[in-house]
Amino acid sequence: MQSQATYNYKVVRQFAVMTVIWGIVGMLVGVIIAAQLVWPELNVHEWLSYGRLRPLHTNAVIFAFGGCALFATSYFAVQRTSHAPLFAPGLAAFTFWGWQLVIVLAAVSLPLGITSGKEYAELEWPIDILITLVWVSYAVVFFGTIVKRTVSHIYVANWFFGGFILTVAVLHLVNSAAVPVTLFKSYSAYAGVQDAMVQWWYGHNAVGFFLTAGFLGMMYYFVPKQAGRPVYSYRLSVVHFWALIFTYMWAGPHHLHYTALPDWTQSVGMIFSLILLAPSWGGMINGIMTLSGAWHKLRDDPILKFMITSLSFYGMSTFEGPMMSIKTVNALSHYTDWTVGHVHSGALGWVAMISIGSIYYLLPRLFGKPEMASKKLIEVHFWIATIGVVLYIASMWIAGVMQGLMWRATNVDGTLTYSFVESVKATYPFWTIRLLGGLLFLSGMLIMAYNMFLTMAGGKAVNAPVLAPAAAH
Amino acid sequence: MDINDLRSLFTVLAFIAFIGIVWWAYSDRRKKTYDEAAMLPLDDDSPFVPSEPQVTKDQERKSS
Repeated sequence: MQSQATYNYKVVRQFAVMTVIWGIVGMLVGVIIAAQLVWPELNVHEWLSYGRLRPLHTNAVIFAFGGCALFATSYFAVQRTSHAPLFAPGLAAFTFWGWQLVIVLAAVSLPLGITSGKEYAELEWPIDILITLVWVSYAVVFFGTIVKRTVSHIYVANWFFGGFILTVAVLHLVNSAAVPVTLFKSYSAYAGVQDAMVQWWYGHNAVGFFLTAGFLGMMYYFVPKQAGRPVYSYRLSVVHFWALIFTYMWAGPHHLHYTALPDWTQSVGMIFSLILLAPSWGGMINGIMTLSGAWHKLRDDPILKFMITSLSFYGMSTFEGPMMSIKTVNALSHYTDWTVGHVHSGALGWVAMISIGSIYYLLPRLFGKPEMASKKLIEVHFWIATIGVVLYIASMWIAGVMQGLMWRATNVDGTLTYSFVESVKATYPFWTIRLLGGLLFLSGMLIMAYNMFLTMAGGKAVNAPVLAPAAAH
Repeated sequence: MDINDLRSLFTVLAFIAFIGIVWWAYSDRRKKTYDEAAMLPLDDDSPFVPSEPQVTKDQERKSS
């Protein structure tokens, strides 16, 4: 039988399956630390204490779950919209195994307390070097595929994926610059407030590029695919891309309001955060309106429900973010659980849901099945996840505003009305509701894993044939 | 010229570049190109799931 050129789906398959697995692991650690806040007795050993597990949770959900989802979807979309199989398949395989090694090393080193102490960049320098190698290979595979495309356009999703890959490379290199002392310990190359500024330039752009631009790439490919319609406005998507690129880089200082950072820098950060509302909402509207004229599809397509709900949460959290960056609002919200709620409205509502929708789209196609084994279970997953997110963010809003008000309350003579521990005590009920929300979201992921294995069972690993060069015209 | 003047100048230039991009993206000349580009993910003349088993490299290796 004549063999035909096929897309490289193997690496997509590997990353897609690991997305679900790491999603469960990362969210399970999240549920454990949420439980530790309610029952401090659960801090049974130093390796499993809150302070060690919290960075493990953030790294696992962002870089293991989110990272694998980004690798899977970008490798899939770039091949299909370029009408060319992946460039350098050997290097693509290295990105998979290298990335899994990074994750395993993180899972070992963080509980042991080996950390550089920078939020979302805790991993020590040898792991940082491995990340750099994997990331450069990722860039070579991705941009190499674009170079060998057989269509003239570079589809907008690839612009977003490409922007995300380049920016994360720059962020990682600059922020991880450090002086190694031993194999397990290094010190930042920057000092004092410069170090803080570099850290939050990195931190906010990790949100802006790792957790936003990459997932917008996912949106621009998978929402049109699932809806069966082209994106609402391609022009808007081009402006959306450049607006995001021009503004996100400057927003970091809003993490350092009322600190030693110069006041004008804080104001610049605040203003650019406010400007960010425009591209964020432009993109959100562009995604949701892709469904215009086909709203009925939303009624009985749970995958589309995941995608459109994710965009609603994207709109919500990108409205909330600029609002919280306003200094006077930040004076109330900073250091409270409101921030935690905001992060999860973005991370669970937007990032996780768009990934889940895209992975549900991918799985049957990667395993030679017409659709997922059970559509009903996707529907169940959707509702459990949505209720989970709503419980999570609503409880954290209430808890956060309450904490902020209690911390700033003063008596007539100027003394504080409440001690800190009183605010902790008052937060317990809300931490319990948050734990319940997290548990629901985790259960949804377990349902997804079950559905995934049902779909994979008896399926053949299928590589679809490469599209003809002239197909677009 | 002070370094801060250069920084201000860069900000202004970046802003002008952005306005230029908006103007360029919304110019009529781009319309046809964008309409074609927007169809890229939907142009699936080959099905995702082949109706008859596709020979993949993995399977080939097994059968040979």
